Amino acid sequence: MKFFPTGLLTRVWIVCLLAFGVHAAADEGPIRVGVLHSLSGTMAISETTLRDVMLMLIEEQNRKGGVLGRRLEPVVVDPASDWPLFAERARELLSVHNVDVVFGCWTSVSRKAVLPVFRELNGILFYPVQYEGEESERNVFYTGAAPNQQAIPAVDYLREVEGVERWVLAGTDYVYPRTTNRILEAYLKQQGVADEDILINYTPFGHSDWQSIVSRIRQFGSRGKRTAVVSTINGDANVPFYRELANQGVRAEDIPVIAFSVGEEELAGINTGPLVGHLAAWNYFQSLDTPENKAFLERWHAFTGDSRRTANDPMEAHYIGFNMWVAAVEKAGTTDVDTVIDTLIGIQVPNLSGGIAEMLPNHHITKPVLIGEIQEDGQFFIVDQSEELIPGEAWSSFLPGSRDIIADWRPPISCGNFNTRTGTCGGGQ
Amino acid sequence: MLCGGAATAAVPDAGLTSEQLEQLGERNLRVVETAVADIAASGSPVALEVLQALQDGRLYRRQADGVTLVATRVGGVLVYSDPLIGTLGEPLADADVTLIRVSNRIRRALSAAIASLSLDSEDPAVRLAAARQFIDSPDSDLLEAIETALVDEPDGRVRNELEVARAAAIASDPGQSEEARREAVDRLAEAGSSRARRVLLGMFIEEGSELDARRDAAVEVIDRNLARWQQIQNLWHGVSLGSVLLLAAMGLAITFGVMGVINMAHGEMIMIGAYTTFVVQGILRGISPALAEVSLLIALPVAFLVAGLIGVFIERTVIRRLYSRPLETLLATWGISLILQQLVRTFFGASNQRVETPSWLSGSMEFGQIMITYNRLAILIFALVMLAAVILLLKKTPLGLHIRAVTQNRKMAESMGIRSDRVDMLTFGLGSGIAGVAGVALSQIANVSPNLGQGYIIDSFMVIVFGGVGNLFGTLVGAMTLGITTQLVEPTLGAVAAKVLILVFIIIFIQFRPRGLFPQKGRAAE
Repeated sequence: MKFFPTGLLTRVWIVCLLAFGVHAAADEGPIRVGVLHSLSGTMAISETTLRDVMLMLIEEQNRKGGVLGRRLEPVVVDPASDWPLFAERARELLSVHNVDVVFGCWTSVSRKAVLPVFRELNGILFYPVQYEGEESERNVFYTGAAPNQQAIPAVDYLREVEGVERWVLAGTDYVYPRTTNRILEAYLKQQGVADEDILINYTPFGHSDWQSIVSRIRQFGSRGKRTAVVSTINGDANVPFYRELANQGVRAEDIPVIAFSVGEEELAGINTGPLVGHLAAWNYFQSLDTPENKAFLERWHAFTGDSRRTANDPMEAHYIGFNMWVAAVEKAGTTDVDTVIDTLIGIQVPNLSGGIAEMLPNHHITKPVLIGEIQEDGQFFIVDQSEELIPGEAWSSFLPGSRDIIADWRPPISCGNFNTRTGTCGGGQ
Repeated sequence: MLCGGAATAAVPDAGLTSEQLEQLGERNLRVVETAVADIAASGSPVALEVLQALQDGRLYRRQADGVTLVATRVGGVLVYSDPLIGTLGEPLADADVTLIRVSNRIRRALSAAIASLSLDSEDPAVRLAAARQFIDSPDSDLLEAIETALVDEPDGRVRNELEVARAAAIASDPGQSEEARREAVDRLAEAGSSRARRVLLGMFIEEGSELDARRDAAVEVIDRNLARWQQIQNLWHGVSLGSVLLLAAMGLAITFGVMGVINMAHGEMIMIGAYTTFVVQGILRGISPALAEVSLLIALPVAFLVAGLIGVFIERTVIRRLYSRPLETLLATWGISLILQQLVRTFFGASNQRVETPSWLSGSMEFGQIMITYNRLAILIFALVMLAAVILLLKKTPLGLHIRAVTQNRKMAESMGIRSDRVDMLTFGLGSGIAGVAGVALSQIANVSPNLGQGYIIDSFMVIVFGGVGNLFGTLVGAMTLGITTQLVEPTLGAVAAKVLILVFIIIFIQFRPRGLFPQKGRAAE
């Protein structure tokens, strides 16, 4: 809770023009890549690493000779965790710095804030974070998980493996948890879970006093049926939440908590001893035992000069997104936005879990689903991995309003919210 | 030392085999589960040690030959030993072994197995945990072991739980006689805990039978009992939140309440206190791990000095020039707060820093049916002690006298020979130092990140304004009122609504009593 948005005064934005030597030989000069992540304010904790991984990917690509023989030049701006500022910075990237592609945003509200800008100025945004779905924009490529690639499989795991019958859906009070919980509630009821076996709870951003909520969860879990907490609690509020769980003696064996927004980076700030066994569902874990991941981590540690720097899921999403964009530009032979948007569909690049990610016509990608249990060292022990890659669904089939809607950006449909029943495009463009 | 729980095993004296141990590292969870049960039933003297090591994440597999090893931490180094042979001749490097990881399913099997092996432990706390584990997973196979343990259990609390465990085992077994099960249901109702309630609800009973009606009545009794305790629990949560607010607001009660400086950088002083704790802890751990346990106590004076000196510096450079210009002070201190945040972010990084909780502050105790966590209890006591200390300082020391004199009538105080300039500096330093000390305590419940202070600044102002500016007793009453109200509203309306309601309440309250609960009287309150 703040009086004023912090960012208003932190208009100290940074433009990094990192020079890697002399300009490349190409006549058109460098290709500019925008990075739109908060480096100050509440979201800096999560977003700073994404800036770093983008700088690493760009540097590596330049060492390989750039793209189309041209050097890549990162343009980093700081939207300071302030949602309106995201729109301003996006406009600045597209119209002042003339970037060819932007990688950025974390919270759904920041993505929603920049959408009109990308539509108006016709840019490309790669969005790397798991989100609530119910959206598909021509100018945006969603490399994070849609609900069917994270939330639904996570709930299935708990039902099948842990035998959970009672559900606490706990989230921070904003659009991502609310939509995800709406989808989950509809899904659970469809699976025959009774109303009284679902408890939904929302807390404000940065909530720090979890005593009564945890004690309520404990009570809810003492009804003779196995209970689990599905947590869409975001950001800083997680640390006191887990701490309170541990202090009140809620063990993962009794009431497991499965989180969708807690990764290696967030765990770095907590003593994970009492959290051992609580779960997270992601599409990537740092502990993945694949040659691709090992190589990636080696490069990441070398780049940051810190062998203990953690890697997390949105970083892999940027890794995939960046490689997809590079592949599309090379295939198209140009950085022209419209051509690249069309070329991106169908592009396939390897992900870090040993599979191949494909960009789908609805601008989402295929991903594996991994379930991990928190370990003493702050890493995840992968206890379940989907056998095949799951294609991202932009519109959930469990919500009444979006059941008949699909997104397909290929002609002849070329629409982000096409109603298959009426055969009309709902105005996504 | 043969264990009670093992008495039901088919092969009592088989001992452990290396195959069973190796199975613990299998990927197939079913094999591991069986191995855990087999080892628990083997009656081997090292069974408990092995299972406990697996539960604690100290069981390793030697890469060269797949032999299972138990690791023990000796002075910060892991020492491996073969449970079947003993300590290894040559020490192993950490790279030669891989940790055997367990999932929740295995952990559940382990908890049950360990409980069955630890009924004859020396430590009553371990026996208590074992008894509770029996209630959580009632199993009539354990009845014999429970009976044996009951015969010579000296500790009353453990006895009580064991009796409930026995009742749980009988009640959940449809094979027992109707009569015995009925008695067991009554015993569970008497226990009145949510554990007993869970057993009752999980019972397998023919619907409509007499036992069913009795069970429903028992659940109702427990529900009534729990509802009463729930009220007390909510009250405790409220007092605890109130103590956090009090701690956060106390420094501000000096800088804003006594001096009248609208200090937006107050939250950052708390944040600096928390970071000081982090640094102190890091240094102490480097010197000796034993010192880390008392690092919080050492951090208290250090945080007071660091935050206090920064406060003095701010007062000397900025605030001194802005007295009697509240709007400019507000903007300037807000600017300072942003600068401090960004400075910390630059030096320590944006991520949360990990402040360890000493073992004497983690965990909780059960008091009847409510749970009191040690860290909250410590914060409550600490907040009250701090408040008493500050009141004493203001009322009984020469510095306090000067502070009160200057704030009540600056001109007259000056003409009495008090250097009001110096008093201003010390007062601001004192307020900042107290905020720093609060930061040490709050590092135990909040995130140690550059944004830590932001979460407390609004609440602190709310407490001061509500309680009455310039009155420390008002700060206490204000903090407790807001804390208890929030926690009483929260269970029914949710956390978001509770915040909104509190704000609306304060706005309305200020309309009628603009000077808060305990307004200053007399000439000082112009």
